Amino acid sequence: MFPARVAREMPHRYRLEAAKCKKCGAVFFPHRLICRECGHREFDTINVSAIGKLISYTVIHTPASQFKDESPFALGICEFLEGVKITAQVVDIAAADIKTGMDLQIEFRRVQTDGHAGVIGYGYKFVPLI
Amino acid sequence: MTRKVGIVGYGAHIPRYRIKVEEIAKTWGADAPSYKRGLELWEKSVPPPDCDAITLAVEAAKRALKRAGIKGSQISSMYIGSESHPYAVKPSGTVVAEAIGAVPFCRCADYEFACKAGTEAMYTTLMLVKSGDIEYGMAIAADTSQGAPGDALEYSASAGAAAFVMGAENIVAEIEYTTSFMTDTPDFWRREHQFYPQHGGRYTGEPAYFKHTTGAAKSLFEKSGTKPSDFQWAVFHQPNGKFPMRVGQMLGFKKEQMERGRLTPRLGNTYSGASPIGLTAILDVAKPGDRIFMVSYGSGAGSDGFIWRVTERIKEVQNITTQTFTLLDEKKVYIDYGTYAKFRHKIIKND
Amino acid sequence: MRDVAIVGVGMQKWGELWEKSFRDLFVEAALNAISDTKVPKIDHMYIGCMTGGLFVGQEHVGSIMADYLGQKHLAATRVESACASGGAALRCGFIEVASGMSDIVLVGGVEKMTDVSGDGATYALATAADQEYEVFHGATFPGLYALMARAYMERYGATRDQLSAVAVKNHDNGLNNPNAQYQMKLTVQQVNESVMVADPLRILDCSPITDGAAALILCPLSRAKEFSDKPPIKIIGCGMATDSIALHDRRDLTSLDAVRISAEQALKMAGKKIGDINVTEVHDCFTIAEIIVSEALGMFPAGKGALACVNGETRVEGKFPINASGGLKSKGHPVGATGVAQAIEIVHQLRGEAGKRQVKNAKIGMTQNMGGSGGSSVVHIMEVA
Repeated sequence: MFPARVAREMPHRYRLEAAKCKKCGAVFFPHRLICRECGHREFDTINVSAIGKLISYTVIHTPASQFKDESPFALGICEFLEGVKITAQVVDIAAADIKTGMDLQIEFRRVQTDGHAGVIGYGYKFVPLI
Repeated sequence: MTRKVGIVGYGAHIPRYRIKVEEIAKTWGADAPSYKRGLELWEKSVPPPDCDAITLAVEAAKRALKRAGIKGSQISSMYIGSESHPYAVKPSGTVVAEAIGAVPFCRCADYEFACKAGTEAMYTTLMLVKSGDIEYGMAIAADTSQGAPGDALEYSASAGAAAFVMGAENIVAEIEYTTSFMTDTPDFWRREHQFYPQHGGRYTGEPAYFKHTTGAAKSLFEKSGTKPSDFQWAVFHQPNGKFPMRVGQMLGFKKEQMERGRLTPRLGNTYSGASPIGLTAILDVAKPGDRIFMVSYGSGAGSDGFIWRVTERIKEVQNITTQTFTLLDEKKVYIDYGTYAKFRHKIIKND
Repeated sequence: MRDVAIVGVGMQKWGELWEKSFRDLFVEAALNAISDTKVPKIDHMYIGCMTGGLFVGQEHVGSIMADYLGQKHLAATRVESACASGGAALRCGFIEVASGMSDIVLVGGVEKMTDVSGDGATYALATAADQEYEVFHGATFPGLYALMARAYMERYGATRDQLSAVAVKNHDNGLNNPNAQYQMKLTVQQVNESVMVADPLRILDCSPITDGAAALILCPLSRAKEFSDKPPIKIIGCGMATDSIALHDRRDLTSLDAVRISAEQALKMAGKKIGDINVTEVHDCFTIAEIIVSEALGMFPAGKGALACVNGETRVEGKFPINASGGLKSKGHPVGATGVAQAIEIVHQLRGEAGKRQVKNAKIGMTQNMGGSGGSSVVHIMEVA
């Protein structure tokens, strides 16, 4: 992971910044330069709320090599109040307890590390509500 | 007239995973009951591989901001004390500041002083606010410490974080007195490139922990003209369950004053986080007017002392985010030694 | 636009072809296609290849293949749309001939996937997903289709056995395809009990890792008789559509809009309805994909595709025969070659030379080739000229 690539995603990965179209109100995560719905090019920056609803999930048993030590791990898609959907790992919960429709919250975690010596890619994962 | 400053918001974070003393003892052929008795500790928190001092700090910081009722962008200093900063070179504080939106106008450096780095961060932040140079600063104590496999430290070294927003407005716990007591005492260390720390065995007790903790405590009593009965609560650095109780009793505190903040028996030793997380547990139930006596300890060695006075506003913030006992006692996941060894990277694999 | 015909096809038996290199794979298939015709020379070549760079470290695919094909200075371009690269290459070739720009165009597809480890292949394939917002978080292709599968199963009550029926049917078909990688009969129970890859998808829900290439020759329909004595196969419809590359950005996890739109375009161009299609090759990279694609193409209502397969409606003798070749599941899935090989199967079917897997009275055939988790789809419709 080249550091610049990690750094430029920080607003999205660290703070869940999304772009809200100033004209039609559509929300995009990550940001876009042109609205997919109406073609407008001006946006407000908003933060996606911390709790989302799980709409589907899987448990991955054969990951890419950088995720080998975490396998098997759950990956899910959550839908948030603002209308955006986000894919992330579902952690701190046994696979058998994961249910579609459940509320999950965003937590700050290491998502990927570039080996033992490279940069640490921080970001969001989904965890059960406490 | 110097301005009143103190804690405006506070928050803790603790990983959900726990390992019991029995599970560790079984692996090393050790006698669990004697460890539990000797350490007064029966389980400890374990960070999963995707948690480190930074991630714990971020979650604690978010709770502190919520209780402070301010935005990340209002934070003008970020000091994190830890002995397990994920990078040897590259600050932890920048990540946390970025995650809460405190960048770019924010002072930042990481602190390291074994287990007292966090309280030093608290002191510095309080003084920055007191000087009038900043309105709000964030002080964080966070660790994911490791004990060498089979060593006595393995039973206690755990993970957790506490974060405090310091300010002069909307204070929930005002700082009344501070002190520090410090000498060069090599009781515990980790040399560069070494994975696990070493310690001086029984030398870590009397000439190290007890000398510095009581030194700071007595200095606080003198400065403030107080005595133990003036306090509703007392919290000490807690490398195990026994030391803080013993030092408190030596100083004249009663068990009831100390029990709430003594989390080690079911949390383990969170190093920099130890007395700060204990403080958050006390703030969760403290009443306006309560006074809190706090002394940290960091090997090497030194102790920081604080006397806090709880304000009326505490009632407004105690329940607006997750309390420390909830993090400590709910939704725990117990793991076996194999999982623990995997989580803590104790299994040797090829690169 | 000129009418365009396919006059020659060629591939090889697909599989783990340890002794064959990236370039040899392609050239072998291309020579087979050329040998299926009497073309004197090629004017232009399009090659579908998803990621020669990640699989064998080779980009600049058009040039190296032109050279090794013995076609000095041939205009050649590699076309990429993830697993739909082959279909996209065919679309380019079709446009090239239809426009009058070239007369004889070779459209090929190739992927050499076994020169990397399984992890390496997982990584390479995952580059077809959103790198920063899916793959960064650990998404794999089986994982993304598993998210679709769970959503589909929970919404429509589809069962484990119904997913397995797709694999069983395609392997039954593959038994009759000498070029198929895995010519083995499967039972529902075997699929149900195979190793979990990404819950709920198991290894036998997944298409395999395959080395292979495929090629075909296009020319103006008006000149088809010059180059082949076999019945020319006219391309009568061509559609392509994209959708958000990230699965989570789609309107719905259980439908594939790019497939629906690309099919609507192709059917409109051909002046046909889905009921007019006699034989179809679809992109069954996973069992769930075939089910959802069959619905997106308009063969079955949403939520009914799984049951349709169980009821035999998609078998060779059914109402909508799907993947008579064995599909990606049994024939193999060398990603860049797949779209071209689908067209080859339709050519065999329409020429009536598909042997035991021949669909009776096949006059009109369709291919559907998908990129990623549905981020692109290419549909072609062909008929005997």
